[in-house]
Amino acid sequence: MKTITLALAASVAVLVPAVASAQNETAKACFIYVGPIGDFGWSYQHDQGRLEAMEHFGDRLETAYLESVPEGADAERAIERFARSGCDIIFTTSFGYMDATNTVAGRFPDVKFEHATGYKREHPNVSTYNSKFHEGRYIQGVIAGRMSEAGVAGYIASFPIPEVVMGINAFMLGAQSINPDFQLKVVWANTWFDPAREADAATALIDQGADIITQHTDSTAAMQVAAERGIPAFGQASDMIEFGPETQLTSIIDDWGPYYIERIQAVMDGTWEQVDIWDGLAEGHVVMAPYANMPDDVRAEATETEESIRSGAFNPFTGPVNKQDGSVWLAEGEVAEDSVLLGLNFYVEGIDDQLPQ
Amino acid sequence: MFEAILLTVSMAATPLLLAAIGELVVERSGVLNLGVEGMMIMGAVTGFGVALMTGNPFLGAFAAIIVGALFSLLFAFLTLTLVTNQVATGLALTLLGLGLSGMIGESFVGQPGVRLPRLDVPVLSELPIVGRLLFSQDLIFYVSVFLTLGVVWFLFYTKAGLTLRSVGDNHSSAHALGIKVVRIRYMAVLFGGACAGLAGAHLSLVYVPQWVENMTAGRGWIALALVVFASWRPLRVLAGAYLFGAVSIGQLHAQALGIGVPSQLLSALPYLATIIVLVLISRNRRLTMVNTPASLGRPFVPDR
Amino acid sequence: MRIELVKRPQQSALFSALSPFIAFGLTIATGAILFAALGKDPLETLYFYFIDPLTETWSLHELAIKAAPLILIAVGLSVCFLSSNWNIGAEGQFIMGAIAGSILPVVFPDFQFWFVLPLMLLMGIAGGAAYAAIPAILKVRFNTNEILSSLMLVYVAQLFLDWLVRGPWRNPAGFNFPETRSFHEYARLPEIWAESGRAHYGFAFALIAALILWFVLSRTLKGFEIKLIGQSPRAGRFAGFSAGRMVIFAFVISGAMAGLAGISEVSGAIGQLRPSISPGYGFTAIIVAFLGRLNPLGIVAAGLVLALTYLGGEAAQISVGLSDKVVRAFQGSILFFVLACDTLIHYRIRLVRPNTAPAEAANV
Repeated sequence: MKTITLALAASVAVLVPAVASAQNETAKACFIYVGPIGDFGWSYQHDQGRLEAMEHFGDRLETAYLESVPEGADAERAIERFARSGCDIIFTTSFGYMDATNTVAGRFPDVKFEHATGYKREHPNVSTYNSKFHEGRYIQGVIAGRMSEAGVAGYIASFPIPEVVMGINAFMLGAQSINPDFQLKVVWANTWFDPAREADAATALIDQGADIITQHTDSTAAMQVAAERGIPAFGQASDMIEFGPETQLTSIIDDWGPYYIERIQAVMDGTWEQVDIWDGLAEGHVVMAPYANMPDDVRAEATETEESIRSGAFNPFTGPVNKQDGSVWLAEGEVAEDSVLLGLNFYVEGIDDQLPQ
Repeated sequence: MFEAILLTVSMAATPLLLAAIGELVVERSGVLNLGVEGMMIMGAVTGFGVALMTGNPFLGAFAAIIVGALFSLLFAFLTLTLVTNQVATGLALTLLGLGLSGMIGESFVGQPGVRLPRLDVPVLSELPIVGRLLFSQDLIFYVSVFLTLGVVWFLFYTKAGLTLRSVGDNHSSAHALGIKVVRIRYMAVLFGGACAGLAGAHLSLVYVPQWVENMTAGRGWIALALVVFASWRPLRVLAGAYLFGAVSIGQLHAQALGIGVPSQLLSALPYLATIIVLVLISRNRRLTMVNTPASLGRPFVPDR
Repeated sequence: MRIELVKRPQQSALFSALSPFIAFGLTIATGAILFAALGKDPLETLYFYFIDPLTETWSLHELAIKAAPLILIAVGLSVCFLSSNWNIGAEGQFIMGAIAGSILPVVFPDFQFWFVLPLMLLMGIAGGAAYAAIPAILKVRFNTNEILSSLMLVYVAQLFLDWLVRGPWRNPAGFNFPETRSFHEYARLPEIWAESGRAHYGFAFALIAALILWFVLSRTLKGFEIKLIGQSPRAGRFAGFSAGRMVIFAFVISGAMAGLAGISEVSGAIGQLRPSISPGYGFTAIIVAFLGRLNPLGIVAAGLVLALTYLGGEAAQISVGLSDKVVRAFQGSILFFVLACDTLIHYRIRLVRPNTAPAEAANV
């Protein structure tokens, strides 16, 4: 889904000639991370994307990054510093940088800004990008539906923001497509990153009868717990196979490299335009780690599901789907609107948890 | 099920207990070291790194103890020899530890670690409910329990313990009696550092055998809180650590059972509980006064 | 060989002035060695760390923004620490001040008049003060240790804020993301010199607060009372001062300052409430308070220096690729040097050879 915001298309068009004349062989790309690049999760994957871009462009690309930048007043300063230090394009990789990105963008119209996971594009030099991680979660749900003997999965969730809720719902829909009575236990860890707490959450879920674990938190701790308890699990953000060689079924890998290369190339060519990107499997922004530790027929089914999502033949949020209270959300054949998904704040039917409001 | 929960609780409690019991001895000698978090994270990165490089997790745990102690030596030198303010120095130690551990551990990120093996006692570990809890745990768990008992014995049943407490209660009169105040405090701080280092090693070698930055995630602060919560009594530290572990594990189970309470409220419970329990036990002024090291945090310079 | 301290009869004026420079010299030396060992040009790195942030106007504004909450909180804490009240929960009071001050623009967004901002500031001050009063009252009434209770209340405040911005106070037009609506223009703290940068009046509040508290502490009876009770509660009692009332007074003052810092940060620099509004200002301010030797004017200097190390750390990360961990480790070592060198103000340092003074060695 690549949409150019119509209201701003006109101003972009005005800008394009000026930018095109400033065509460059080289560029400087700057990145702001919310966590340490050593988190082996969200920030780590963004930095992998930066490294991929560096490898791709070689000498033509200069990069710089700031890690562990707190959201709030510090973010605005960090972004402004980049804008002043000659960066041609700045990637701000956390939702909390949204307002800071837009404020600074207003002051530096010649610099391009790319904000991950946000929705505000107040100036023509601001784009937003995100990935459809829920596509991968649906596939995970299908696998879980096949692999779970008890029909109970444990889900370690971080914070009840739409993206996480979307993931839980997609997982459940995938599982229900195999086993209509599938049960999902959700634990809100209230953190993106606290390995010990995530391990505790995984243990609690297993002790409560879950025999398959998936997570929307960033560390590899849950994978290690699952490995120790001898039950399968799904990875998150990066390929965690090394932490559970006989445990990981697959992992949703955030691969930002292709997007970063594409956007930096656009800056070099002078063809950069404002976009609102929400891509998934089809564009290679979401990659499934190799399906492992499962029988061949399950692997075949997972691959088939992945293919049908990639080709666009199937959308995970296709009716009939009921809300948790039993009321109809999507009628037969109806596909959820992106705008609804991006503000999702309810569960689908069958989830045994109360969504924190 | 109950057995499994007990095991998880003991897992969550062990690093807290270790760090807290070390800090208890430090505070009993009259020194307030707020750098527990920093020493813990140094222990975590050392334990992980040494275990990874040598393939021997026991060596890793041992190295963590040494590095924790060495790191606390820095604090001891500043606060005891140079008489700097203990609160500020402790905070600076935490800052330094978080930065330094990140530097050291940069190459360890993303590598699966080596787990400290469980020590199975045959037959006994088959006992119902408590079997696995008591007889099939890792070495550090046993160390934490025996260390707690050892500290009880040391503080209240030995002359050296009495000396240490007297230093904490009134360093001037202890000094007047010819007790080497600074030397005793050095040793107490080193002991605290060693314990915090081992607590860190428990995180990176047992709890979650991996290295990630900031993986202590505030547990050093909770350990500090536990010491005060326990009004400086070792057995109460043990109880407090397990209570804290039980509450934080319990709230995860409550969630998994689908009990709909705001998760923030559940997460806040251990802290609120600590305050309430603290109010209840400290209402008895005489009782707390007996155990509080009166010289806590006050600088000492022998004058002659 | 052994190091021994000999207390000076009075504070050394020479070393009071000199110790920051000695500390700075040691810092430079350590930094140079550390950076060289990491393969960076030491001079260049040090330049970016300490000089570069001071060479541009916008950067000076940023310095003021970063220093403002640190100074405000730290001057409040100095009252606490001087009177021996160990409030380490300023982070929580900062958050509660921000929450209380945000009630008007978040809950009553249509209420837009010029007096909204003054009301917000007052409510922020009240919120921080009230939250700080909890550990104070617990200490006076129940003898509860204030270090612990104030620290525990930090976590409670953080979770309360988290719950508010994810739940009842969530921006209705914000796609369910965890943040409140943006404050309207009457709720924003204005910038001081809008044309040159975005420093807001929070920095002015910090300077004014530092001046007032400096005057109170050094020139008034109240200041004498604070210090006397801090040094010797017994002497304070003889002088007719109430230690209990001092506990409440000190906590409320420092809570009020932290609350003002909180609402200034939110209405000045951020413009809305978010799950995390402070990168640990309340804790860093404790270090600032001691670096400034618990003197409000010293705290202003210390706050600026510490803010500089944050900005310089970023500049060094970007310009010479110094990693964030090295920056933090270096920051930690700066604090150690400053703390260690301040020893010279109160003590003379003597090196003692064990064989010449065995009797003295036995005393330590």
